[in-house]
Amino acid sequence: MADGRQAVERIQEKFPDAVLDSGSFRDQHWVEIEIDRLVEICNWLRNDPENAYDCLVDVTAVHWPDAPRPMQLVYHLFSYSRNDRLRLKTRTGDTGPVPTLSDIWKAADWNERETYDMFGIRFDGHHDLRRILMPDDYTDFPLRKEFPLYRG
Amino acid sequence: MSKDHTFERHPDNPDIVTMNMGPSHPATHGVLRLVLKLDGERVESCVPHLGYLHRGMEKIAENRTYLQFIPYTDRMDYLSPLAANVGFALAVEELLGVEVPPRCQAIRVICCELARIGSHQLWLGTHALDLGAATVFFHTFKDREWHYDLVEDLTGARLTTSFTRVGGMAHDVTGDWLRKLHEFVDATPGRVDEYESLLTKNAIWLGRTQGVGRIAAKEAIDYGMTGPSMRASGVEHDVRKDRPYSGYENYDFEIAVGTEGDIYDRYLVRMEEMRQSCRILDQAMRNLPEGPVNIDDPKIFLPPKKQVLTKMEELIHQFMIVTEGFECPAGEIYHSTEVPKGELGFYIVSTAGRSPYRLRIRSPSFNNIATLPHLVEGGMVADVIANIASLDPVMGEVDR
Repeated sequence: MADGRQAVERIQEKFPDAVLDSGSFRDQHWVEIEIDRLVEICNWLRNDPENAYDCLVDVTAVHWPDAPRPMQLVYHLFSYSRNDRLRLKTRTGDTGPVPTLSDIWKAADWNERETYDMFGIRFDGHHDLRRILMPDDYTDFPLRKEFPLYRG
Repeated sequence: MSKDHTFERHPDNPDIVTMNMGPSHPATHGVLRLVLKLDGERVESCVPHLGYLHRGMEKIAENRTYLQFIPYTDRMDYLSPLAANVGFALAVEELLGVEVPPRCQAIRVICCELARIGSHQLWLGTHALDLGAATVFFHTFKDREWHYDLVEDLTGARLTTSFTRVGGMAHDVTGDWLRKLHEFVDATPGRVDEYESLLTKNAIWLGRTQGVGRIAAKEAIDYGMTGPSMRASGVEHDVRKDRPYSGYENYDFEIAVGTEGDIYDRYLVRMEEMRQSCRILDQAMRNLPEGPVNIDDPKIFLPPKKQVLTKMEELIHQFMIVTEGFECPAGEIYHSTEVPKGELGFYIVSTAGRSPYRLRIRSPSFNNIATLPHLVEGGMVADVIANIASLDPVMGEVDR
């Protein structure tokens, strides 16, 4: 279905200095952008009628401990009117901060809380950044790579 | 998840009470805990607390081969494990770039729709029971046993089905099983009519559900709501139609859509979905293609047991797949399927290994339940229960 191909091209055209990387796998297209442009680009992706990504399907992160900026945020967007998906990525340091997208999509609220809970990434401007799955007094962030997979 | 166990009266106004609903209460459909601030019977605020069923599946997946993760998908939405089995298998197949034979696709459609009917039967029974209509519960649970008999006949288990494999199914269906399924599919639309006769025009039911727990289409999309709960608000979107998988484009069925976005419409949408599932099942059974159910790739799919016991090559393949798993190419995919609760997505990041570098499970119930404060705040405390049931959350999937 060439998900997100046009949107990636449009982002490259409109925000050439914000794009760090882009690519595709099995015809699913993704783009990685500078974190300080995240809110601006997301606002545009949501409100621009050519993009119209009215739904934030998922927010998550991937931990790459050896990278200079080890935390990779991954956002999956979906446009109901265009039936198109887009994978948007950005990079940040070990604990963030990442600007919250909960003012753009309400779906970001709980998903960002989960990302904080699992990775320890702080979301700037989030109105209620508490743990969501782990107990409040828990001190670790289980989905980070240094967290042991099993007691060996 | 917070540790406070509160029942506090406001120091100045004894009518204002902060209290727990759940986590262990039949009407919360699992271990959902809500901290409600009540002014008399009116809900001022509702704060859900999750995590009581958190098992860390996404972390576990990083330490398992792809095949070993299938049993975990049973334990996500434990009311429709077959649908989650199919969703995960499809995601890994997309990562591998393989397509299963037509017969396997049709059997998977049968699995998904059978799971949908069973899940909706449980939802309806408990939903009605929560609102005091106990009769419906007995009807749906009787029929749900019938559905479970079929599932058990097919997979050997009622709940822990683990029926899919990457590249196929655990085994083929038998003619005898299809005959039994036929009886079920023939009877179910009539059964749905019977459930409806108890509720659709029932004055108490209407009073409890119409105009209660309303959410507009725009809001539903904004919250990331999916599935029948969202379609009740008038959004005509279904993964099966908009980006068909497993051959759904070949089936003739309609998406049930509501208009009001209240509890009553969410009820009507699911009732219609059961009928449509029967239509799909009927078509799938009638046109079940002949041929193999599994891909012919010994590096990915387990060889037949008979050959493992007699042939060297097959023994080696079996040993390798079971002990080490198969290699996936480096890459990342997001694949979603329409499970009974909504859009179940798997985001897999692979760095060319035998287990995922990162597996993200986008669960529909998690996003659906996030709308709960919006639905219940300002309403009556008794409607909280009706609202929870109308979203049909499964905590195994919310917490993962």
